[in-house]
Amino acid sequence: MTRKTIFAALTGVLLLSTAAYAETDAEKGLRLAVEADKADEGWGDSTSEMIMTLRNRQGDESVRYFRGQNLEVDGDGDKSISIFDRPADIKGTAVLTHTHKTGPDDQWLYLPALKRVKRISSANKSGSFVGSEFAFEDLSSQEVEKYTYNYVSEEACPGDSGASCWVLERFPVDENSGYSRQAVWMDQDEYRVHKIDFYDRKDSLLKTLTLSDYRVYLDDYWRAHRLEMVNHQTGKSTELIFENYEFGTGLEDRDFDESVLKRIR
Amino acid sequence: MDLAAFRVRARSGDRGGHRISLVMPAKAGIQGTDEEPASSSTATPDSRLRGSDAEKGCRRGVAGVASLFAMAVMAVASAPAWADPDYEEVSGYVATEARLFPNDPQFSEQRRHDISIVAEPEYYAEWEDRSSLAVSPFLRIDSADGERTHADIREALYRRVQEDFDLAVGVGRVFWGVAESQHLVDIVNQTDLIENVDEEDKLGQPMVNVTLLRDWGTLNVFYLPYFRERTFPGRRGRLRTGFVVDSDTAIYDSGARHWHPDVAVRYSDSRGAWDYGIYHFYGTSREPAFVPTFNAGGTVVLVPRYDLINQTGIDVQYTTGAWLWKLEALFRQGQRNIRGEEENYGAWVGGFEYTFFGVGESDVDVGILGEWSYDTRGSRATRAFDNDVFVGTRIAFNDIQSTEILAGIIQDLNDSGRLISLEASRRIGASYKLSLELRAFAGIPSADILDSVRRDDHLLVEFAYYY
Repeated sequence: MTRKTIFAALTGVLLLSTAAYAETDAEKGLRLAVEADKADEGWGDSTSEMIMTLRNRQGDESVRYFRGQNLEVDGDGDKSISIFDRPADIKGTAVLTHTHKTGPDDQWLYLPALKRVKRISSANKSGSFVGSEFAFEDLSSQEVEKYTYNYVSEEACPGDSGASCWVLERFPVDENSGYSRQAVWMDQDEYRVHKIDFYDRKDSLLKTLTLSDYRVYLDDYWRAHRLEMVNHQTGKSTELIFENYEFGTGLEDRDFDESVLKRIR
Repeated sequence: MDLAAFRVRARSGDRGGHRISLVMPAKAGIQGTDEEPASSSTATPDSRLRGSDAEKGCRRGVAGVASLFAMAVMAVASAPAWADPDYEEVSGYVATEARLFPNDPQFSEQRRHDISIVAEPEYYAEWEDRSSLAVSPFLRIDSADGERTHADIREALYRRVQEDFDLAVGVGRVFWGVAESQHLVDIVNQTDLIENVDEEDKLGQPMVNVTLLRDWGTLNVFYLPYFRERTFPGRRGRLRTGFVVDSDTAIYDSGARHWHPDVAVRYSDSRGAWDYGIYHFYGTSREPAFVPTFNAGGTVVLVPRYDLINQTGIDVQYTTGAWLWKLEALFRQGQRNIRGEEENYGAWVGGFEYTFFGVGESDVDVGILGEWSYDTRGSRATRAFDNDVFVGTRIAFNDIQSTEILAGIIQDLNDSGRLISLEASRRIGASYKLSLELRAFAGIPSADILDSVRRDDHLLVEFAYYY
C-alpha cells in the first residue's frame, strides 16, 4: 500500500464519517423531500376526475364534481386546470394555476356566464377551496422550495403497520400560508405520503389529511385516490376521491395558456 | 353595474328629447348619401308599432333567432367532422324573476312591477378530433313589457382546435376587459339591455374567429358579418326612456345596414404580474344615438342610429399580492356625441381591487374596490361615465352555499347624482340559487340624463334551478 492510497483511503473514511455526522435533521429532511420529488419526476401530464364531499359536524353533505388537467414543467412549478361540473350553478367555472418554485403562483379564473377570464390574486393560500376543508395551498403543486424541512423520526406508517415511514416536519416559506408547520408521514418504499398534520399559526393542531388507495401509473408514479381532510377545530371534514386518472394524454404547454380558458369545457 | 343604460334612457326624457331635436337639422346635413334619411323610418310600414308590445317583441325575436339559427346551421354543416359526437351533454337553467318598484312609475303607460320566467338550456357536443359544438337558446317571458318578452341564440358555436390555430364559427360571446364598475372596452357582442341595466347580458354575435396561440402572445381575428341591434324596454316597462325607443326602425351609417362586415383584431398576453390586451375594431358601433321621430300613430319615438366607428382599446391588469390594478381605455372615431356631431374621443376606467383574505380568522374574504371613469367629451358624452367614481366591496363567504355580496356606489363627480347597488347570491341545496339585486338612484339633478329613471329604484329577486 503506497502512502498515496493510504492517504486517499483515510480521506475517504474521514469524509464519509463527516458526512454521516454532519447530516443534521434539517439536511436529512430536505434530502428526503428532494428524493421524493425526484422519484416523481417525469410523469409528464395527466387528467383526472374528482368528487369532493363536504360534511359538517351534523353530517350534512354537499358534493362537488370537477375535472383536473395537469402538466409537469421542467425547472418550474407545475401547471393545472380545474373545471367544475357540479353544483350546476358553477358548472364550467375553471381555475388555471401556474405554480412557481419560488415567488407567487399565477392564477386565472374563468366565469362561463360572462365568458370572462379574470387574473386573480394567488395570495389567498389559506383560503377555503369552494367551501371545503382543503385550502388552496393544500391542493396546489407541492414544490420542494415551498418549505423548509426537519427530519423527526422513523415509525410504522399510519394505517399500514407493515410499512415504515419517515416523519418530517415542514415549514411553509410563504408568509401567506395558514400554517406554522406540517408533520408528514412518508413511506420508505415509494415516498408516498400517508398522512399530514396541519398546525395553525398558533401552532395548535388544525387539520389532518389522510391519503389512501394508492395506485401506480406508468410503472413509477403513485397517486392517492382517496384523500380525507378532517378539521379538528370545527368538526367538519372533506373527502376527495380521484377517478379515471390518465397519463400521457397529449396535453402540452399551450393547453395551459390563460387564453385557452375561453374554450375550456 | 353599468350606467350606460341610464344615459340612454334618460336622454329620451323631455329635456333630452328637446336637445336632440334641436340638432336634427345639423345632423341631417352631415348625413352621407349612403344613409337612409330619417323620414324613411317613419314611412316604414308600422303595423308592428300598432300591435301589442308582446307581438312585436316576439316577432322580432323569432326573426332574429331564425337568421342566427341559419348561420349556426351553416357553421355546423361545414364541420368536417360531422359525425356522432364522442361526448354530449345538456345543461342550463330555468328561473323566475320579480322586479319590485317601491315608487309609482313616472310615465302613465308603465306597469309598476313585473314578473318573468326565463330559460337558457345548453347543448354541448365534443369530438375526438378536438372539435366541439355549443348551442344555447334563450327565452324570457315578461308580465309587463312585451319588449322584454324575447328570445335569442346566445351561442351556437362550432370550435375546432388545430395544430397552428383555433377556429370558431357561428354565434358566440366574447368578453374583453378587466374593470368591475363598467365594461368599457367590451365591444364584440351587443348588449341585451332589456335583460338587466348592468349591461352584462349580451346577444349572441355571428362570427368567424381565428385564434393564434404563439410564444409572443395570442392573436385573435374576428369577422363579424351580422350586426345585432340593442334591446330596449317598451312603453309598459320600467327603467325606460321618456320617449320609447322604437327598435324596429333603426338607422345605419352603412348602406349595408346590419350586414356591414365588422372586423376586430386583438393581441393579448400575460407576462409575470402583467396581463394585457390591445385591439382595433372597425364596424358598426354597438352603442346607438337616438333620433326622435313621429311614428305612423303620431307618437314621438326614438329611432336608434348606429354609426360606423373605428375603435382602439387596451386593457391592462397588474396583479401583486392581494392587489389587482386595472385599466381599460379606448379611443373612438366616428361616433356622434349627444349633440349629434361626430367627435373623436377617449375614455378610460381604472382602479384597484384589494382583498382581505380570511378576515378575523374566518373563511370570509372582503374586497375593497375603487374605480374612476372618465370620458373626454364631458357633458357631450353618450355614456353616463363622463367623470364618475365607483367605490364598492365584494364579500365572499366561501361557505358551502357560495354566498357572495357585491355592493357599491357610483358617484358623479360633477353633480350630486349617485347610483347605489347591491347584488347578493346564495346556493340553496345542490341545484337552486337565490339572487337579489337592489338598485337605487339618489341626488339626481332635475336636468340630469338620469331623469327618466329617477323613480325606478328597484329590488330584483331571482330564483333559479340549474341542471
